[in-house]
Amino acid sequence: MDLEDTAEQAAYRQRVRSWLAQHASEAPVLRGEGALTDEAEVVRARRAWQGRLAEGGLAGVTWPKEYGGQGLGPVEQVIANQEIAAAGVPGVLDAIGVGMLGPTIIAHGTEQQKSRYLGPMLHGDEVWCQLFSEPAAGSDLAAVQTRAQQIDRGRWVLNGQKVWTTNAQFASFGLLLARTDPDVAKHKGLTMFILPMEAEGVTVRGLRQISGEAEFNEVFLDEVALDGELIVGGVGNGWATALTTLMFERATIGLGGEGLGYSATRFAAAVASVQGAGADPTVRQRLGVLCAELTAVRFMGYRTLTALQRGQIPGPEAGLAKVTLVNAATEAGELIADVIGPEALQRGSDWHHMICFLPGLRSAGGTEEILRNTVGERVLGLPPEPRLDKGMPFSELRQREGARA
Amino acid sequence: MNLALSDEQVLLREAAREALSRVDSLQQARSALDHGPREDLWPIAKDAGWPGLLIGEEQGGAGLGAFDAMLVLGECGRRLAQVPLLGHLPASAILIADGRCDEWLAGLAGGQLRAAYLPASPPTDIDERWSLDPMRGWERAPLPVAHLDARDGDLSGSGDLRRSAAERGSDERRQAAPKDGGSETVDGGETVIVNGTFAFVPDAPGADLLVGVATLANRPVGVAIDADSSSIHIEAADSYDGARSLGHVTLRDTKARLLQTEQEALADAWHLAQALIAAESIGAVEAALEISVAYAKERHTFGRPIGSYQAVKHSLTEVLRQLENGRSLLYYAGWSREGAPEQFPLAANAARCVAGRALEYASRTMIAVHGGIGATWEHDAPLYFRRAQLTRRLLGGTRLATDRVAGQMLAQARAAP
Repeated sequence: MDLEDTAEQAAYRQRVRSWLAQHASEAPVLRGEGALTDEAEVVRARRAWQGRLAEGGLAGVTWPKEYGGQGLGPVEQVIANQEIAAAGVPGVLDAIGVGMLGPTIIAHGTEQQKSRYLGPMLHGDEVWCQLFSEPAAGSDLAAVQTRAQQIDRGRWVLNGQKVWTTNAQFASFGLLLARTDPDVAKHKGLTMFILPMEAEGVTVRGLRQISGEAEFNEVFLDEVALDGELIVGGVGNGWATALTTLMFERATIGLGGEGLGYSATRFAAAVASVQGAGADPTVRQRLGVLCAELTAVRFMGYRTLTALQRGQIPGPEAGLAKVTLVNAATEAGELIADVIGPEALQRGSDWHHMICFLPGLRSAGGTEEILRNTVGERVLGLPPEPRLDKGMPFSELRQREGARA
Repeated sequence: MNLALSDEQVLLREAAREALSRVDSLQQARSALDHGPREDLWPIAKDAGWPGLLIGEEQGGAGLGAFDAMLVLGECGRRLAQVPLLGHLPASAILIADGRCDEWLAGLAGGQLRAAYLPASPPTDIDERWSLDPMRGWERAPLPVAHLDARDGDLSGSGDLRRSAAERGSDERRQAAPKDGGSETVDGGETVIVNGTFAFVPDAPGADLLVGVATLANRPVGVAIDADSSSIHIEAADSYDGARSLGHVTLRDTKARLLQTEQEALADAWHLAQALIAAESIGAVEAALEISVAYAKERHTFGRPIGSYQAVKHSLTEVLRQLENGRSLLYYAGWSREGAPEQFPLAANAARCVAGRALEYASRTMIAVHGGIGATWEHDAPLYFRRAQLTRRLLGGTRLATDRVAGQMLAQARAAP
């Protein structure tokens, strides 16, 4: 048992480090002195930097070489991320594309799609967004209602609404889950499309959140015409394709917490900076528990990484690390605001955003409740909740819901 | 990166599970509460080589690490098996660090001698005193006081001490002992006289040797005491958890050998005890979860298994969440004691904090999932509940471990540039 790199990993880390030492000065400055403030300028600079990272082999580390990746394992990607963070430079802008959507296209896309889309995605020339969730389909993702109808051979028309779409305001493409056949069971009538965000009938609207910022968007589709060549994974196979994306999402979340800045060290420093707080027994109990839990998440990540290194795929239990992370960070926000006082909540405070952001993050990637259902059923083997939608054609299900309402 | 059990560790754990499966330890824990007989599990430990887990091979031990010991404690915890390793192993660690206790270690490694650790917690970031668990109440108690023995020569004192402990060993022990009997090989050991009380000492009743910390001229020192002395009074205090042997140890002008163990190693013994009790707790959580899940699958209400209800499912998932967190911290503690010793105190305290809370939650959930039957004498759930309740308050309690996690994180923050 050890946390050290193997000889190959150490050599890889050294290569990454020396690349960063050479190129870090080209990275955009996002915080502190000389930071870029204009949003469009930030996006432009970060896209260019993503291109540099890709050229240097620091982005898409696990992608096959033929698509511009390094053909290495998840441990090497983690090493690259660690070194990027240690160098104090931003990572890839399009983490959703490179981490989740690209791998989905690699797994399910046609050769033509792979050669057309993967390169520009990896290099930040074309940013992607994930068009899965809808106002009435979040945790129950298979309930999506966005409708894709075939109008003639090879032409489809889409109508509907997507929500919680990160990066849609500057994305070139989206990976979109739509219903192509409402007359079969709900998991069966779905199809995955590539949506050019420039297409006529696509409207993107910023969704202002609790923090006051608009980190997500709503995307409206009004008679959007798409070519059948934009289907990924085949008609009616959208659910299997979506599960691939969600699997990559889980792997990302399981390893991700410190990227958000939710670390025991940072929270303890905030408490330590307040005169007298660190000697209060109640404060110490609260801080001790949350630091212990965050430390557990860190080592859970190492266990996940060990499993990945051995070719195992992390199961749904990795999602429990997200529950711990969100709840421990929430408690940290409460504690820090308690010891600092109302000052911690003011705009401009280091904690203002985190405290506002966490209640929503609790449901990001599926609500905590649905995650506990999944883990309870898949990991503990508990019997499923009785379901009213199993095997029933989606259209009938909708009628019944309508009748009840 | 390799944070996983080795093949040898998997085998060690399986062998421990197999060895303990031959005893109905849960039934014994229950009957002990009614003053029934309790089988001595030390012979099982001896056969398996557990008493010498941490002791070097040259002294007859297995030369393994803290993590291996934690795996064995985990298996004991699963079955609530009363194997007195929680006292024995930290005591061994103090004697190993002393470096001049080979003879004792030979007896301890084979299990002919059994040691108990007299727990004392090291200073924190805001309290520079060493302290003890109090007999009663909220305030920590002061260390026992030692003074140099003016009446007795130092060498002969410790020699007597050593010989009498060795003589109580079995015949095999005597054959294994050096021909010269041991006392003459003792070098530099001084005798001190100790007065004081240690409350709720794990595995103290029946121990041959007591090893812990006392204060000598305002300095914490390691002491080893032959338990077979009329100046020692050990009062059993094990009426709440039938699988946990505890004793109040009172020393009245008791002769003790002064050890040369450094303060850091004395503190390490405390943290080792935290890691071991955390491992034992996580083992109990595993068992409590397995039993609860099995019941939630088979018990039906309103025409469906109770495990299909979200309220039940989410409680059990919460146990799993806390269990996985605890397990991850056990890996941290097990790895760091050898791999990054400066991190071991944080890892051990964090593991204790999370494991203690997990056991508390798991044992209450176990009763709740079973409904009223879960709160009856014949059921196993109350045994895990009793384990949780008592464990939470031993060895500084989950509360002190949690406080120390905060203290360590705050101290790091203050030291950072």
